[in-house]
Amino acid sequence: MLLIHCPYCDDTLPELEFAYAGEAHIDRPADPSKLTDEEWRDFLFIRTNVKGVHAERWRHINGCGRFFNALRDTVSDRFLTTYKAGEARPDMQTLEAAE
Amino acid sequence: MNAPVTSFDTVSVTVLPSVARFNLRIAPADLSVASAAFGLTLPTKIGQGAQSGDRAAYCIGPDEWLLHAAEADQQAIVSAFAAVRADTAHSLVVISDREMTIGIDGPDALALLSVGCPIDLSRLPIGGAKRTVFDYAQVMLIRDAEDAFRVEVWRSYFPHVHGLLEIAARELTVGL
Repeated sequence: MLLIHCPYCDDTLPELEFAYAGEAHIDRPADPSKLTDEEWRDFLFIRTNVKGVHAERWRHINGCGRFFNALRDTVSDRFLTTYKAGEARPDMQTLEAAE
Repeated sequence: MNAPVTSFDTVSVTVLPSVARFNLRIAPADLSVASAAFGLTLPTKIGQGAQSGDRAAYCIGPDEWLLHAAEADQQAIVSAFAAVRADTAHSLVVISDREMTIGIDGPDALALLSVGCPIDLSRLPIGGAKRTVFDYAQVMLIRDAEDAFRVEVWRSYFPHVHGLLEIAARELTVGL
């Protein structure tokens, strides 16, 4: 079972308490009616589907209830870090330097 | 339903009497207002609890608390919070009937809970509480002593959670 660190609870807890919530850092367009159909389709459905480090949202639904973001390697399934919603995506080089 | 107490040498599963429960959402900056209204200093760290007489408060989220009190005090607490609502935005929801409480006591309490709880229970502080899952049902887990826990479970999940605890308690007793 994966162990995930919740940045709000500041605790590392089993995956069963969490729910996956899709790719992170996707902003809803400020004025959707100005978008073309293709741009709206891209916003709704087109995701990067990276092989490697992926920024994604998780929700600690059976815990504090908060959404937060995580960097996870989609190849190894390893969580590199988690950070609160609203914070910028951590830079990979500073992460590696910290390890 | 059978008798509400299933007791063996090493662990007992008890259906506890009902209490008044509230779910409080308030900005952490306004916590002193809530503490004054409830008559108990609310804890600030997720997982911590505070107790005084029959009142208890547990922090279960960055801005979320679970409050316990005697059933007779329920209306008084609702009124106390309503009096400060105009100046301090918050939400106080009475959830007394939403959940039922199961008490688990005895040296095998940790082993019994680990049947359905994925978390490392030994890290839960005494007097603290945590919202977690028990076999896919969301529960509040409150630790009263080293080997005494309370499990608060939504009414509709109660037959499943209580049934599983009873079966597991019997299995522990016969050494399975």
